[in-house]
Amino acid sequence: MKNNRRTFIKLAGIAAAGLAVAPKAMASSGGHSPVKVNPEAVHAKQWAMVIDTTKVHTEEAIAELSKVCHAIHNVPSIEGKREVKWLWSDEYGHTFPEQENPHLAEEVHHRTYMLLCNHCENPPCVRVCPTKATYKRPDGIVAMDYHRCIGCRYCMAGCPYGSRSFNWGEPRKNLDLSKLNPEFPTRMRGVVEKCNFCVERLAVGKMPACVEASKGAIVFGDLYDPDSEVRKVLREKFTIRRKPSAGTEPCVYYVI
Amino acid sequence: MKMQYGFPIIVGLAIFIGLLTAPFAVGTMTKTYKQPELKLPANEKKCIESTEFMRTEHMQLLNEWRDWALRDGKRIYTNHEGKEFVISLQNTCMKCHNNKADFCDKCHDDAGVSPYCWDCHIQPEGLK
Ligand code: HEC
Ligand code: HEC
Ligand code: HEC
Repeated sequence: MKNNRRTFIKLAGIAAAGLAVAPKAMASSGGHSPVKVNPEAVHAKQWAMVIDTTKVHTEEAIAELSKVCHAIHNVPSIEGKREVKWLWSDEYGHTFPEQENPHLAEEVHHRTYMLLCNHCENPPCVRVCPTKATYKRPDGIVAMDYHRCIGCRYCMAGCPYGSRSFNWGEPRKNLDLSKLNPEFPTRMRGVVEKCNFCVERLAVGKMPACVEASKGAIVFGDLYDPDSEVRKVLREKFTIRRKPSAGTEPCVYYVI
Repeated sequence: MKMQYGFPIIVGLAIFIGLLTAPFAVGTMTKTYKQPELKLPANEKKCIESTEFMRTEHMQLLNEWRDWALRDGKRIYTNHEGKEFVISLQNTCMKCHNNKADFCDKCHDDAGVSPYCWDCHIQPEGLK
């Protein structure tokens, strides 16, 4: 009897230990994982961009880059308040409102600046999204999962940079349907959209389209790799970021 | 206890139940559902997974595909035979099934489903 109780307690102990490890053991015996990353993909801890505004600073030059970006991502062209934009331009005062002063170097003040999503390290849009349709990827890109977007536009209210556009109407009505990029989807009425740092291109080892089209005026790389192209430029040139006081830690830098 | 109007009630009930179930009885006796004629890819023999699996589970597979591609950033799928496919609705599925109207729509029209994917994803026939 005494012996029996001891074996019972021992067995119960082993069973309890087994229960604790069973789920893990079973999960790992479930065979191979059927998905993996494309071996050609390029990786980073935090992708970042440096735009040399001494090299690209005219409305025409930026419109050229915007055309490339909007064409491959099937972004509709709409005039006015319902505009949808991934890459666009603006004047100094609107770009760097916190870094205005009445006696700025004239040349700098009169440049046009290229704008896009800043892929912030601390993105307010991600924090406010109720469906997690917008999220921060492990490589730092603030991505959108259009399948989950319910069009509440909280992210637009959260973004201090106006980087997000809402589709008030069917975007396909404002696209040239014969010139679509058949490899990339469009969006639909009622979702928000923005620049995606060309995730679909990074996934196959290509640089973002605007970087490729900029003839060296824009560099792209890993902010956390001290040997990366962007870190090299950041070490050598004076750069500023948009609205630093918002605390969002933008990852798009401007060489002045 | 004697049932009042027992005979007409029983007969009435029998006729009622007969009529109620008639469509099912006639349907199973005279017709079986036949999948519509599909235009299958000319130069390919096999789909991503077995035909039976694809027929019944393709919506689940697509659902997993989009999460893997967008959420996990993994865009290569290895099937049960070890063959690899790039995860993409437009650039993988629809490169083989290069006519949505003659393939996807055929079944979906029959089944009364209209996936909203094509509000954004571009079908291989292009848009008009
Ligand atoms: C490599 C070319 C190829 C790709 C890629 C492909 N398919 Fe197929 N698919 C086929 C072929 C060939 C068949 C017919 C197989 C057969 O006859 O047994 C088929 C069959 C099917 C069927 C079953 C049709 C039936 O007869 O019931 C469905 C559903 C289907 N595919 C959906 C998809 C979806 C969804 C995708 C993307 C996730 C996809 N296919 C990707 C070649 C392909
Ligand atoms: C063999 C017939 C068949 C073919 C071929 C087929 N489907 Fe389907 N599909 C169905 C059926 C049936 C359903 C509905 C299943 C349900 O509601 O349970 C469905 C549902 C779906 C859904 C989910 C829709 C929803 O509202 O939940 C998606 C997405 C889908 N199909 C995509 C495709 C694509 C893309 C193709 C072409 C490459 C395709 N299917 C070809 C039979 C087919
Ligand atoms: C609101 C627009 C929208 C709708 C509706 C939509 N998608 Fe997408 N989908 C996208 C966008 C944009 C991407 C991102 C493409 C990329 O990053 O390569 C995408 C990516 C995907 C991907 C992974 C990558 C690729 O290139 O295909 C899959 C799979 C997918 N969608 C399946 C579906 C299915 C199935 C449906 C319908 C049930 C659907 N989508 C409906 C916009 C949409």
